[in-house]
Amino acid sequence: MTSATLAPAPTALKRRRGRDGRLTRTSGLGLGIAMLWFSLLVLIPLAAVVTTAVTGGWSGFWDAVTNEQTAAAIRLTVGTAFLVTLVNIVMGTLIAWVLVRDRFFGQRALEVLIDIPFALPTIVAGLVLLSLYGPDSPLGVDIANTRIAVFLAFLFVTLPFIVRTVQPVLAELDRDAEDAAASLGASRLTTFRRITLPSIAPAIAAGAALSFARGVSEYGSLVLLSGNLPMRTEVTSVRILSSIENDNLPGAAAVATVLLAISFVVIVALDIIQRRVVRRG
Amino acid sequence: MADRTAPARTRGPSRYVIRLVVIAYLFFLVAWPVYLVGKNAFSDGFENLRGIIEDPDIVHALNLTITVAIIAVVINTVFGVGISLLLVRYQFPGKRLLSALLDVPLSVSPIVVGLALVLVYGGRNGWFGPTLESAGFQVIFATPGIVLATVFVALPLVIREVVPVLEELGDEQEQAARSLGANAVQTFLRITLPAIKWGVIYGVVLSLARSLGEFGAVKVVSGNVLGETRTATLVVEENYLNFDKGGAYATAFLLALVAVACIIVVSVIRPKEDR
Repeated sequence: MTSATLAPAPTALKRRRGRDGRLTRTSGLGLGIAMLWFSLLVLIPLAAVVTTAVTGGWSGFWDAVTNEQTAAAIRLTVGTAFLVTLVNIVMGTLIAWVLVRDRFFGQRALEVLIDIPFALPTIVAGLVLLSLYGPDSPLGVDIANTRIAVFLAFLFVTLPFIVRTVQPVLAELDRDAEDAAASLGASRLTTFRRITLPSIAPAIAAGAALSFARGVSEYGSLVLLSGNLPMRTEVTSVRILSSIENDNLPGAAAVATVLLAISFVVIVALDIIQRRVVRRG
Repeated sequence: MADRTAPARTRGPSRYVIRLVVIAYLFFLVAWPVYLVGKNAFSDGFENLRGIIEDPDIVHALNLTITVAIIAVVINTVFGVGISLLLVRYQFPGKRLLSALLDVPLSVSPIVVGLALVLVYGGRNGWFGPTLESAGFQVIFATPGIVLATVFVALPLVIREVVPVLEELGDEQEQAARSLGANAVQTFLRITLPAIKWGVIYGVVLSLARSLGEFGAVKVVSGNVLGETRTATLVVEENYLNFDKGGAYATAFLLALVAVACIIVVSVIRPKEDR
């Protein structure tokens, strides 16, 4: 993604011939095969979703999306993903801070804990949360089949994103400016707000975009946990699935298109943020 | 990093408060719940695990999951390394767009992935499905569909690990090898591949974890037929909903074990590569 900016300036004339702009016959063929595969697997199927969504005309699309139950699902999904992203901005930054700046016994274990939500199958993630916050909870907290369950599931699956985008930036950060601010009498909070935060803000934003996108598209962890009650705990993905199961593919495609549009906006935002980060670095 | 944390100003009480908050948060959100799944899996000693190993349908599901994951990882590794080389070493029109599109699978809902594949490869009224099916090749509600769905969701993982390593590497060594008469294959096998080895290994481990655990997309395309197209993650759901909690916990435990093992492997090899 950053290849253009990072490629070193060519030093010898010879290296200009083999690369720099031109595809050789073999690499051209490789690109062709790769594009064919990528199209068959990703591009054509996603195009089919959008095409199917508009086959019923604009009114059909609009009816499917503004259907009361669907609209409630979209509101719940987007609203919860937004709240969870806010929590992640605070907690993710704090966790990254502790991992980089703090030193204590067992820190390595925290590193592993943070990646678990990424690697754990989502259905298992749901079961995992259910075992502590479900009907058999040893804590006596039962939030299964409530909106809190949706919030908790999103919180679990999006945990790694901000931590993992902020952590490397914080580790690379030059601490001289912070030391200077502190020696000039700035409080720790002021130093953080005026010196550290501006440097890690793009990383936080990138992580927040990923975390939001992941929350909006979540499905597996909710199956066992949220009960999928219409109008209350049903998220958009569940809504799409029930349309598929009722053989209402145009309806499913219409709601899926809304999700795709959200992902698309997030990806564009992320691309812009990454470009800004690279330019600064 | 460690040697730079000395200044006294960071030793205030707030440091311990933050540490405590972070540890408590991770304990309640991840550590304790994950531990409980292990505990529930062994609630009857090894009975639950024996139960799933003796059930031929569950064994079939586990085999199917492993087979699909291996195929998906191989496809994604070959494709991922190839496209990373193209993205980093060559210029072509639309490169920036392609690079952005390759991240799309990460932010698409698994249900939408399943729907997209059904719309194109579905046997009844998909775009290509009826043609493929009349040629005797069923995709949806069969193993090829499960493979496609799994490859889709894990697609960017190898690329995201390999691209930064290739960029860091530069191409001087490759150019040297070429000028000494090595052909493209020799250059790749002797120079490029050893240098990007760790990036590829991470990507493979992460893809493997993701592929073994895919649930939503597989649920849509597989048809979830017991003993045929039901995968391990679908077993967890079915057993739990059918009040066989022991079986659900035991299968979930196996899946979680593999996932955690993958994470630990990555965290053990990562620092080596960083330094």
